[in-house]
Order: sequence, then C-alpha cells, then structure tokens
Amino acid sequence: MKKLVGLIGSLLLLCGLLFAGVKSLTPRHAAGGSKTLVLYNWGAYLDPALIKKFERETGYQVVYETFDSNEAMLTKIRQGGTAYDLAVPSDYTIAKMRKEHLLQPLDKSKLSNWKYLDPACLNHRFDPGNRYSVPYFWGTLGIVYNDQKIKPGQLQTWNDLWQPRYHRQILLVDSARDIMGMALASEGKSMNSTSSVQLKLAEAKLVALSPNVKAIVGDEMRMYLEQGEAAIGVTWSGEAAQMMQNNRHLRYFVPAEGSNLWFDNLVIPKNARHRQAAYAFINFMLKPENAARNAAYIGYATPNWRAKQLLRQRHQLESQLYQVDWRHLTVYRNLRQRKLQEYNDLFLNFKMSSH
Amino acid sequence: MRKLGKALYLVFAFILLYLPIVYLAYFSFSSGQDMVHFQHFSWVHYQALWADKNLIAIFLQTILLAILSSLIATAIGTCGAWGIFRLRGVQRKTLLVFNNVLMVAPDVIIGASFLICFTALGIGLSFWSVLLSHIAFSIPIVVLMVLPRLHDLDLTLIDAAQDLGAGKGLIFNQIILPEIMPGILSGLFMALTYSLDDFAVTFFVTGNGFTTLSVEIYSRARQGINLEINALSTVMLLVVLLLAGGYLFLTRQHDISLGARS
Amino acid sequence: MKNKSSFFLIPYLMWLLLFVAMPIILLTVNAFTDTQGQISLTNLRAFLANGACLKMMVNSFWYALLITGLTLLVSYPLALVIANCRHQRLWLLLVILPTWINLLLKTYAFIGLLGQHGLVNQALQFFGVAPRQLLFTKAAFVVVAAYIEIPFMVLPIYDSLHALDKQIVAAARDLGANAWQTFWRVIWPLTLPGVRAGVQAVFIPSLSLFIITRLIGGNKVITLGTAIEEYFLTTMNWHMGSMIGVILIVIMVLVLLATSGKEQNR
Repeated sequence: MKKLVGLIGSLLLLCGLLFAGVKSLTPRHAAGGSKTLVLYNWGAYLDPALIKKFERETGYQVVYETFDSNEAMLTKIRQGGTAYDLAVPSDYTIAKMRKEHLLQPLDKSKLSNWKYLDPACLNHRFDPGNRYSVPYFWGTLGIVYNDQKIKPGQLQTWNDLWQPRYHRQILLVDSARDIMGMALASEGKSMNSTSSVQLKLAEAKLVALSPNVKAIVGDEMRMYLEQGEAAIGVTWSGEAAQMMQNNRHLRYFVPAEGSNLWFDNLVIPKNARHRQAAYAFINFMLKPENAARNAAYIGYATPNWRAKQLLRQRHQLESQLYQVDWRHLTVYRNLRQRKLQEYNDLFLNFKMSSH
Repeated sequence: MRKLGKALYLVFAFILLYLPIVYLAYFSFSSGQDMVHFQHFSWVHYQALWADKNLIAIFLQTILLAILSSLIATAIGTCGAWGIFRLRGVQRKTLLVFNNVLMVAPDVIIGASFLICFTALGIGLSFWSVLLSHIAFSIPIVVLMVLPRLHDLDLTLIDAAQDLGAGKGLIFNQIILPEIMPGILSGLFMALTYSLDDFAVTFFVTGNGFTTLSVEIYSRARQGINLEINALSTVMLLVVLLLAGGYLFLTRQHDISLGARS
Repeated sequence: MKNKSSFFLIPYLMWLLLFVAMPIILLTVNAFTDTQGQISLTNLRAFLANGACLKMMVNSFWYALLITGLTLLVSYPLALVIANCRHQRLWLLLVILPTWINLLLKTYAFIGLLGQHGLVNQALQFFGVAPRQLLFTKAAFVVVAAYIEIPFMVLPIYDSLHALDKQIVAAARDLGANAWQTFWRVIWPLTLPGVRAGVQAVFIPSLSLFIITRLIGGNKVITLGTAIEEYFLTTMNWHMGSMIGVILIVIMVLVLLATSGKEQNR
C-alpha cells in the first residue's frame, strides 16, 4: 500500500512539474494589460522581425497565435473563448463573418496609410467599400512547373494538363474548392458554379485527369516540387513563390482560361479588446517600408502599390506573381452550406475513384 | 546449413524492422536539409530542437496527458475489474462484451464517435476533451490486465481473514492489493503506452490550441521534411532503448527471485 | 457485499454509458438522419447508389487483405525462428520496440526512403535498375502498412508457438515425418489460433488506416478510415461519415465472427 501511495504521489508530483514546465514554456496572454495585441494569423505569415519592430515603436506586446484553415479560425472566433484583436481570414470567409456579425466596422480616419493600397484590391464583392477589412496579401491559383522537365511554353492552359504525356507527373493541392474550380474553369464555367450538372461534369473531368495525377497533397507539395519529385503542381501563387526561391528551375503561371483570385485581409473581430493596438498594427503594416519587407520575407503579392515600387527598386519583386490579367480571374463567393457540401463530396468521390 | 538460413532470416527481418528508424536517426546528424545526401556531421538539428520551446512544451504536455489519463484510467479500470469479478452469469458476460468494444474498434471510429459525443454533450474541444478520451480508451485494457489477477485470488484466505476479525481495509491492503498489484501495474503501463502512441483519436477530439506530439509531427510532416523531427525521433529512440534495457534488467532479476522462491 | 461491489462499479458503469453506449448510439442515430435531422435512409441509399463509395469499400477490403497477407508472410517465419532460438525474450523485445516509436515518425521515415532520390532508389540504381516512382504508389502503401503491423502479427503467433508442446513435434519427427510434413500437419494447425488472433489484430486496423493513405499513398488510396476522416473533419458531413462508420462496424463484427466462430466448432 505504501508503495502504491508512493508511486501515485510521485507520478502526481511529476505531473505538477510537467505542468509548470508547460506553463513556463508557452507564452500565454501573460501581459494581460492594455498594452497587448492578440494577433490571430496563418502559420508563418508575418516576418517576425516586423513584430519586434512594432513592439519597439509602439510599446505594445504582441501575442501571435496561428491557425491553418479558415474553417478552424472561424470556429474559434465563433466560440469566443479567446478575444482576438486582429485576424486574417480569406475573402469568402470575410463574407461569412460579415453575415454573422462577427466583425467591427473600420474607422478609416485612424488609418493614415490607407492611401497606399492599390484600388484594384479594394471594394470587392466580399466586402463592398471595405467597411470591415484591409487587404494583407493577394494571390492566384495556378500551375508551377519545372523547366528542366517541361519546356517553357509547352504548358499553357488548364486543359493541357489532361495530355497523356504528363502521365503521373502532376501534384494537386488538397482543396475541394480549388480543384473543382480548376475543372470548372477548364470547361469555361464559372468557378462559383452552383449548377449540379456542371459540378457533376467537373467531377467526371477530374476523374479523366487521374492517370496524370501523381498525388493529392497539402503543404508538402513545396518539398516535392523543390526536390524534383514531380514536374507539375497546381497550387497557390504564394506557395509557388516560396518554391521558386528555393529552386530556380520552377516557374509559375496562371492558365489562360481564367482562375481564382484570392485576398487575405486583416479584420477586427467584434469582441476585440485592444482596438487601439489593432489600428496601430494595421497602420504599421500599411506603411510601404514594412509591407515591402513583409512581402519580401513571405513571398506573397502585396496589395500595397508603394511597397511594390520599393520591391522593384530593390530587385526583390517576384514578377511572375504579379503578371496576371485580372479580367480572367474570379473571387470565390461565399456559397451556401449545401452547395459547399456538394463541392466537397464530389471532390472526395474523385479521390475515391482515382487510380 | 539450416541454422545459417534461420540466422540470415532473423538478420534480414531485423534490418527491415529497424531500417526506417536508423535511417531517421542517421540523417539527424547531417548538416543538410534533406534525407537524400548526408552533408557532414553536425549537431545543428539537436540545437534547433533544444531551442524550439514550442515543441518541448508539446512534448511535456504529451507526457503530462499520458500520466494523468493512465492514472485515472487505472483507478476506474481497477474498480471496474473488482465490480465485474463480483458479478456472475449474464451480467458479467454483458459487461465484458461491452468492455471489449473499445478494444477492437478501429481508432478512427472511436475518434469520430467521441467527437459526436462531445458535441452532443456541449463539451468544447480542448485539453479536457483529449484527457477524457484518453482515459476512456485506456480503461478496457486495465480491466483486462487486472481481472485475471483477481481470479487467481485465494478466496479462502479472505474468508479466513474475515473469520479472524480482519476489517475490510486490512483485507484489502494486506491480501487483495499485493496479489493484484502486478496486474494494476501492467494496466498502468499499457494505458501509458496507449496514450503516448495515440494519433487518430487525439486528431479528432483536439482543439483550442492543444496538441500532442503525434498530431504536431503530423502537421509538420505535411509541410515537408524537417530534420529537427529526425533529431526528436532519435532522442525518443534512445529513451525507448533505455527503458527496454531497464525492463530486461529488472525482469531478469525478477526471474531469479522467482526461481529462488520455488 | 453486493452493495459494496455495485459501489465500485459506479465510475466504471458511467464510463460504459458515456464512452461506449452513447457513442455507438449517437453514431447510429447520425447515420440514419439527414442534414435536416429527419430520420431517413438517405445516407445508406447515397452510399449504395454511389459507385465510388462501393468501389472504395471493395478497395479497402482488398488492401486490408493484401496487407494482412504480406504481414503474415513475413511474420510467421520470424515468429518460428524466434521461438526456436536462444535469447527469445531479447528478440521479442526487439520486435516490440519499434511499436513504441510513434507511428507518424516511422511513416515519415518512409517518405525519405521511398523518394525519387531516396535510399531504395539509390540501392536499385546500384543494381542497375533505373530509379522509379515508389512513393505514392499502391505497393508503397501496402508495404508501409505491413511494416507497421508486423509486430502485432508476430506476438500472437509467437505465443502459440511457444505454448506448442515440443514433444508433439519430436514425436512427429520420430514417426518419420519430414520437416515439411511436420510443419504442415502438426505445427501449422496447432498454431492456427495464434494466426487467427494476428489476422484479427491486423485486418481490422488495416481497413481504417488513414495517415498512411495520405502521406504515402498521396490520397490516391482511400480506405474506409480515410473516408470517415474526410467526411468528419474536412467536408463536415457527419451523417455520411457516421454511415460509413456503421458499415465499418458491421464489417468488423462479421470479421470477428468469421475468425472466432470456427474456434467454437472445434
């Protein structure tokens, strides 16, 4: 009995020690005072040096928390367990959050650097007049290929991917909306299609692509393309930019049939506690110098025209990202849950019937 | 000749079993960034691992979770085994069948159905939901470990003690507990292993920033090869080897003492 | 005494209720309701009507069979060799040891091993075979899954071999049976329970693997497990996910009955 008590006691003691260890290692909202800013962003989506700089300049303490999908972020903001001062959702999620009254309207008089934003990135359907959101980065969906394996100019359209010579060479990003959208665009249909017939046809077209598909992967696509494991990838421009930094043989383009245009915007959730800090941070990030630095670090396309000029002067501009004809691009609309389900289910069907 | 064949097969099988693990460990010492070319020997990835406070915190909380869940599961499981032991007939059979449901169910189903359960009960996904799940899937193995020990109990001994006026507490402490102790300990050990090894169930029921090591490794593996993970697995391999060596050593002594008694 | 024992049972019964009975009931309820919460057979009908779903089910069955077969092929000789050599406990421990290394880590190692320039391809090149696509193939998926499952097959087989009465084997040899006859007529039938336990321990988890399908199979192999995970966590269609779960449970029960029923006949 004594042994048992001793064993349990020592295990509990160990638990206490472990708990203390975990607590001391995780920076919680320790500085709960008014000089904090709780930022909720995608993983690795902000130059850490800029956080340091912001803290130095303003005296605010930044707590940086991350998410890996719009859905995960939305669930957490809905649940309201923690109050975030700033979040970075994508376009269609902003529309959803607006509808659910989860966002605060912006007071633009507090944002003196608003003038640096490219008007083309403003006033889109997901947030007319940008009452709630500030563009952070934008990008497209397109094709990355390795010019050692595929001659430049040989691959130009979505439909080219279906050619038998690309047998087992294509990696697809694991995202229902994007891959179904690709199939729709290749048929000249809208990437926001709600027609069940069109969606069915898109799935059938994807099944026809499956002999060429090597794998359907997530973020690891970057590694496989950089190491030459596959020749072609269908992915987002930002991911492509990071691959191109590591492998100079990779090239990115947006197919002629049209594609998706997306925006990740900064928003202030309704239950934010430190609004002053949030405004200070948005204005800080809109400053051309900072926006340019962030874009050079992350590799995504900046919506800040002045920052773009700075990048060009410094030869840091990844021009392949910006060379797109916006007239062919569509922003995803916030579809009804039922339709979204249809996209997801058809995409899963495609995976199940691929061989 | 046949002996040689056997030895060769043994060597072959063990090379197969350990190749991936050794492969991971080997590249953890490479100064490069991939698992293709070994650059030159370096401790960089171990330094990176040591500096990665986030990963260490996750490592600690994984162990914390394992200890807490296995302790509670062992307590509940032991009580359950005692209860089942006291039952007879149909009641007992039914309980045992239900006990084994979680033992044979695929972990994807366990995870999915727990997720439904937590949602229905309004329990948010966090450390607590993971803890509850780990307790839940460890209980049946504890019962299965303790029950045979209870069957080996000498009931006449208990009756005799009762006749001699021993209280229930005394009987429990002096007779029952020492007898079933090995069962409890192996139950605890199995529960620990289950908890440390689990991926699927945790993957379903975790949320609110809480992760365990396996879930974290999964999300990192999806971002491509990162030799810091190799360093981590080498450290874990060493710990496991030490534990196994210790176990062998301890049980060898145990065998000897058993031999001496008989 | 009776009261006392039921007092001990309270936490355990609570557990049974909350984490065994309730999940099964909720899973079934979810499977037989549609998104509006109406009781219906929509999901079952959708599953049966959808060719892709049926194909997926047949596929996961087939793969589970392949994985189990391959595992048995490697494990039985291994168990046999271990049961007949010195330091059995040491070898056995060495078989169990890899199971203590996290499954994810082992899978992760195979990503490196099977890559275009990985160790296996380098070895092939050494023997003059051109590097080939290994990762994201069905064979890779089966091999990695079998690798993961080997210890769970070796253990029960070893147990039954260990329990085997050595004198019976010796008697068979004395009576003039050659090595093959002794194995086929004596050892194999007597260790069948162990094989059966091993098959159970491997086949059911193989139906529901979902990490390996993604990391090694490149999402091109979809098993029942992957489908459940996708429906629950990606497409958020819990009703369909539950339906597949229920189907998987039914299959599981059938497999268990099929493999243990014979035992009672004996």
